Amino acid sequence: MAGKVERPLSPHLQVYRPQMTSVMSILHRATGFALAVGTVMVVWLLLAAASGPTAFATFTWFCNTLIGKLMLLGWSVALFYHLSNGVRHLIWDTGRMLEINQAYRAGYFVLASTVILTLLTWWFSCPYKGGIE
Amino acid sequence: MSEKGTESIQSPLGKVKGLGAAHNGVTHWWHQRITAITNIPLMLWLVWSVVHIPAWTHQEFVIWLEQPVNSILMILSILSVFYHAALGCQVIVEDYFHVEWMKITKLIGIKLFFFALTVTCIFSVLKISFGV
Repeated sequence: MAGKVERPLSPHLQVYRPQMTSVMSILHRATGFALAVGTVMVVWLLLAAASGPTAFATFTWFCNTLIGKLMLLGWSVALFYHLSNGVRHLIWDTGRMLEINQAYRAGYFVLASTVILTLLTWWFSCPYKGGIE
Repeated sequence: MSEKGTESIQSPLGKVKGLGAAHNGVTHWWHQRITAITNIPLMLWLVWSVVHIPAWTHQEFVIWLEQPVNSILMILSILSVFYHAALGCQVIVEDYFHVEWMKITKLIGIKLFFFALTVTCIFSVLKISFGV
């Protein structure tokens, strides 16, 4: 515990060639953190709704700006990636699909699922004003 | 050595050493997994519900949220997601910050931050569902 010893950190990022599995692993953490920050949007929505029509209108106005839409797009991609890859992690936790080829196959499945769920979400929101104007 | 009635899978060595590096045993790990599973249906419901909100008026949103089912699912989502987020942020801090006082400060900050957000959200939902 009283460590002044400079021990190497694992994995050695300098000599570690990025692979799909390692990139997906760090993306899980990155999207998780992004979503934790993104919860502020939910707080804003609920607080604005509780505060009244003016505050709520400010929220929906922001959602319909370009920056707001990009944030919502990023948020939905992060959510569906973290959700899909989270299922992959839960399967690993049961001791299944731990072979390298299975980890890759599940990885491609996660990427496909992220794209499909994101497209579905935006397709459903499209006929309304929240979509492309 | 082992007392009858105090069932535990912990080894005697584990007991004296104080529940591992986190001093917390496997509680954190389990809570993260349980909330991960509860998050799946709750987040699918949330996304399904909120996609049209940018086109909604305040009144439309209030009418939707004050439905008991929607109020309850929203509160459950908040509890499950914010707790999961706090646990996840805790792991990130524990992995990357090694100066003890900085680590502790950040860990306390995370807990307080998400607790405050949770209270804010639940109060807002209750205010709407019990009538503004």
